[in-house]
Amino acid sequence: MENPLHPFELHQLVHLSLFGLDISLNKAVLIMWVVVGLAATLLVLGGTSRRLVPTKLQSLAEMLVEFIRGIILDTMGQDGLKFFPLVGTLFVFILFSNLLGLIPGSYTVTSQIVVTGVFALMVYGLSLVLGFLLHGIKFLGILVPPGTPGWLLPLMMPIELISQLARPISLAVRLFANMTAGHVILGVLFGLAITGGVLIGWLPFAFTIAMNALEVGIAFIQAYIFTVLTCVYLGDAMHLHGHEEHAH
Amino acid sequence: MDSAAAALLGMGLAAAGFAGAGVGIGYIFGKMIEAVARQPEAEARVGKYMWIGFALVEAIALYGLVIAFIIMGLRK
Repeated sequence: MENPLHPFELHQLVHLSLFGLDISLNKAVLIMWVVVGLAATLLVLGGTSRRLVPTKLQSLAEMLVEFIRGIILDTMGQDGLKFFPLVGTLFVFILFSNLLGLIPGSYTVTSQIVVTGVFALMVYGLSLVLGFLLHGIKFLGILVPPGTPGWLLPLMMPIELISQLARPISLAVRLFANMTAGHVILGVLFGLAITGGVLIGWLPFAFTIAMNALEVGIAFIQAYIFTVLTCVYLGDAMHLHGHEEHAH
Repeated sequence: MDSAAAALLGMGLAAAGFAGAGVGIGYIFGKMIEAVARQPEAEARVGKYMWIGFALVEAIALYGLVIAFIIMGLRK
């Protein structure tokens, strides 16, 4: 049986090392540079003109900013806006790398669990640091849902502890698994289309087109989900049960 | 039964988890249609939460896929 994960394997293109650390270039690194360059170019071009009647690029950049601002206001409230740079960067990077990965021959950076894992750990670590800075030791109260009767505490606290610890894992695995699974399904369908020949092969081929459309949607939804959950976790740390109507 | 066959069986069993996600996604979209039929003006608000719920449920199905990959990695 052929390994369906073969397209996700990385091989070093240029060997580099810095003080014994392996910093070789591979496809993922190159695509990551492309993602950053493309996103930065588009947003800088869209942001510098600032006309009253916006150009197409400027309206795109404005829509993006309004969208991210809406997410933050919905989940964290007004004082969450100071995290706009972090949340916006995460959203734009994940969205662009998901979408660029859909181009055949390219590489999906977010299908590497090391990338999503670092993002998730960074977000979760930031929420812990923020919570302890703002609330001190009272931040441990996040383990007790409001309105819990006292006799339930020995049961609720381990459950809440596990659900807290599962947050970074689920955040990382969700993005990584969605991207990997989408590409594996596309690969399997293309394999069927090739082995099926012309007579029956058009059927899976037509299906790959529909799957590609779904994948564009998934790329957007997963970037959105990652951003929303980032905001929810940071908002939980900031408000500590205070904003129940915002934190869903 | 040799271990290679057992690994293949395990990978197949991991795919059974998709049944639960199927139920969940059907439930989410069904409830969304019910909600919009009752209150059409709430569509934008409900729709946002529907997509979040959809992605969360879909991710749980993919945990099964991750387990299948782990078994596949252990096979060699």
